[in-house]
Amino acid sequence: MLGRSANGIFWLFRNLERAENTARLIEAGFRMALTRDARDASDEWRSVIVTLGLRALYEAKFGSDYAGPNVINFILRDKDNPGNVLAMCELARTNARMVRAGITREVWESVNDSWLRMRDLLARPVTETRLGDVLDTLRRQSTQVRGAMEGTMLRNEIYNFARIGSFIERADNTARILDVKYYVLLPSISYVGSSLDNVQWENVLRSLAGERAYRWLNAGRMEARGIAEFLILDSRFPRSLAFCYGKLRSNLEHLAREYGCETDAHAILQEADCDLHTITIDAIFEQGLHEYIAKFINRNTRLANQIQYDYRFID
Amino acid sequence: MKAASPSSYDEMFAADGSVRPAYRGYEEWYAEQPADLLRRKGTEAEAFFRRTGITFNVYGSEDAEERLIPFDMVPRIITAHQWRRLSRGIEQRVRALNAFLHDLYHRQEIVRSGRLPARLLEKNPAFLPQMVGFTPPGGVYTHIVGIDLVRTDEDEFMVLEDNARTPSGVSYMLENRETMMAMFPELFTRVRVREVSDYPRRLARSLAACLPPAAKGHQPVVAVLTPGIYNSAYFEHAFLADQMGAELVEGSDLRIENGRIAMRTTQGYQPIDVLYRRVDDEYLDPLTFNPDSMLGVSGIMDVYRAGGITIANAPGTGIADDKAIYSFMPEIVEFYTGEKPILPNVPTWRCSEPDALKYVLEHLSELVVKEVHGSGGYGMLIGPTSSKKEIAAFAAKLAARPHNYIAQPTLSLSTVPILGRGGLSPRHVDLRPFVLVSPGGIDITPGGLTRVALKKGSLVVNSSQGGGTKDSWVLDD
Repeated sequence: MLGRSANGIFWLFRNLERAENTARLIEAGFRMALTRDARDASDEWRSVIVTLGLRALYEAKFGSDYAGPNVINFILRDKDNPGNVLAMCELARTNARMVRAGITREVWESVNDSWLRMRDLLARPVTETRLGDVLDTLRRQSTQVRGAMEGTMLRNEIYNFARIGSFIERADNTARILDVKYYVLLPSISYVGSSLDNVQWENVLRSLAGERAYRWLNAGRMEARGIAEFLILDSRFPRSLAFCYGKLRSNLEHLAREYGCETDAHAILQEADCDLHTITIDAIFEQGLHEYIAKFINRNTRLANQIQYDYRFID
Repeated sequence: MKAASPSSYDEMFAADGSVRPAYRGYEEWYAEQPADLLRRKGTEAEAFFRRTGITFNVYGSEDAEERLIPFDMVPRIITAHQWRRLSRGIEQRVRALNAFLHDLYHRQEIVRSGRLPARLLEKNPAFLPQMVGFTPPGGVYTHIVGIDLVRTDEDEFMVLEDNARTPSGVSYMLENRETMMAMFPELFTRVRVREVSDYPRRLARSLAACLPPAAKGHQPVVAVLTPGIYNSAYFEHAFLADQMGAELVEGSDLRIENGRIAMRTTQGYQPIDVLYRRVDDEYLDPLTFNPDSMLGVSGIMDVYRAGGITIANAPGTGIADDKAIYSFMPEIVEFYTGEKPILPNVPTWRCSEPDALKYVLEHLSELVVKEVHGSGGYGMLIGPTSSKKEIAAFAAKLAARPHNYIAQPTLSLSTVPILGRGGLSPRHVDLRPFVLVSPGGIDITPGGLTRVALKKGSLVVNSSQGGGTKDSWVLDD
């Protein structure tokens, strides 16, 4: 396949994944904001903005006014935020158009449909009343694309690059959410273990669609260390770092088999994968969760860049 | 039901309101349909096109927005008998076109014999000196041709234009049929229509039959070269690549390696055997043609001439689309085939000839005047629907550069009904069948693209100017 097509499919799925994760993040933030007083609600919205790496951009426009509608619209559709969700959907579609000959009609139609719907839904400002509908559609569309992929795509290199794009992005998103919640948000370390802390952690789980699974595994006990372990090391949970890296490994292995050789990207993957398999949660907390996550994000980015280079995404 | 206006031939209804044989099966079905069903289906069709992304971009419109080409649900129907005659005429014409192109780039017998003025080639940007003395692989110049036909009477089909450069629209032929079959499956069990859906396979086979000398014995590597996603026909480029199982490449994916044109794949550069290019000649090779072009590959013409790749259609075929050359097509057909043309041309005045120019200037309000190098309905004058002021302005342009124009009578184009709010109403149509040429022969897909002028009375069918399309049926015997 063309290097340019590999690039297109990789970014198509990164953008879809990012849009979906952003929707979850807003959803969790919205829920938190509803149960808090105004000041705490705006703290919550700030944390969403920080997690998405949009703080400077946001404050340049709104100062420190973190009112819900401002935040929601800034993330979803504001032109002053070039990385808004509508732009992600459009970018996904542009990439899908570029690789149109490499994806099935079902995949293309679901991406196109998703863009058409989001364009209509986000044509005017999103009120809190409409927010549920918008986020729901976003998640549903993303599920539809995934389903079309699963059901119709040949399991070849094209599929591998699509999956690699999804899981690089998902690992990055999970790591960032965990990092922000743990490191940036807590008012002070003394809150650890308090009830506010528990609500915060539950919210982390919710923004990663993991609250039900975690509760089920832990008989409803919320505990910071357990949640971090779940999100980092539990390879059964589809948004955990270990799960993402398991998928990255199998897809990169498939490429190596198909092409008959491994590349430098395989070495980086090996290192990360080995780390996730041998480290314990205690060891992670010992070296500091933030430090660990920062290192992880950094290596994840290195892996993405190496893949783009090894497989000639660009000239 | 109302008969068409008596001035033009309606393909569905005779002047007395009776249904013509070609449409009988369809009409029976149509009469049984509840009125609102068809209207509802229209909305469905539009949603279908939007979802599948069958859109085109309009050049020169403010926001290069993607638009849908309106689709009309009443098919355009041609009988088996009519089609047989049409295909004979088309085949003859396409055979002549290829012989003509070969001659133009070799001995130019037709010029020597005095049948074609040499000045038509001189300074004509569509004539490429780089092609002189070179024979493309398999001897094929126009791998894909679209012949635009108009009809004025029961048995009167005429060729309006030849598209030997890079004819587009075939994806609409295919998608319109898919749409019709999805919406009205039972209709196809009642009326037997010849299949068009194997066009991409035929195209792939036809292209693979023209391998360049450098191609190795392996499976032929075919790629479609597109200017990119912002091109108005990008959907079609992607569609054809997808259907053929070919790579869809852009200029930036290509470079020369070991005397071959190679594409950058995830495993390194891989040579291409046949390049179905949807990029115009002038952008194909910045070294040879337009140096600012980002759409082509530097040096591809050298590789081509050295036998490293097949380019389809061959560079330099655009000369056959020239409207001044067109006016000589009857002579060209006769010169190369030794037969009288089966399909006539539309009568054409060459404004370069003083007598013709005089006539044209005196009759502008009745004529259609076109630029000889123009296409897509741009830069033309339609006398009968133009204001006095527009005609005067055009007359000045024409008088200043007469050799740049040809003129044709305003034909009374045939009509086929479209489905509007008030039921069926006649609209003017044309027809573009698609023709594949390989060393093995000429292959015409039974059908084509019917373009329809949606505005009442309008003769302009171009999609860029408000035209729509119809599914085109050739009936089985």
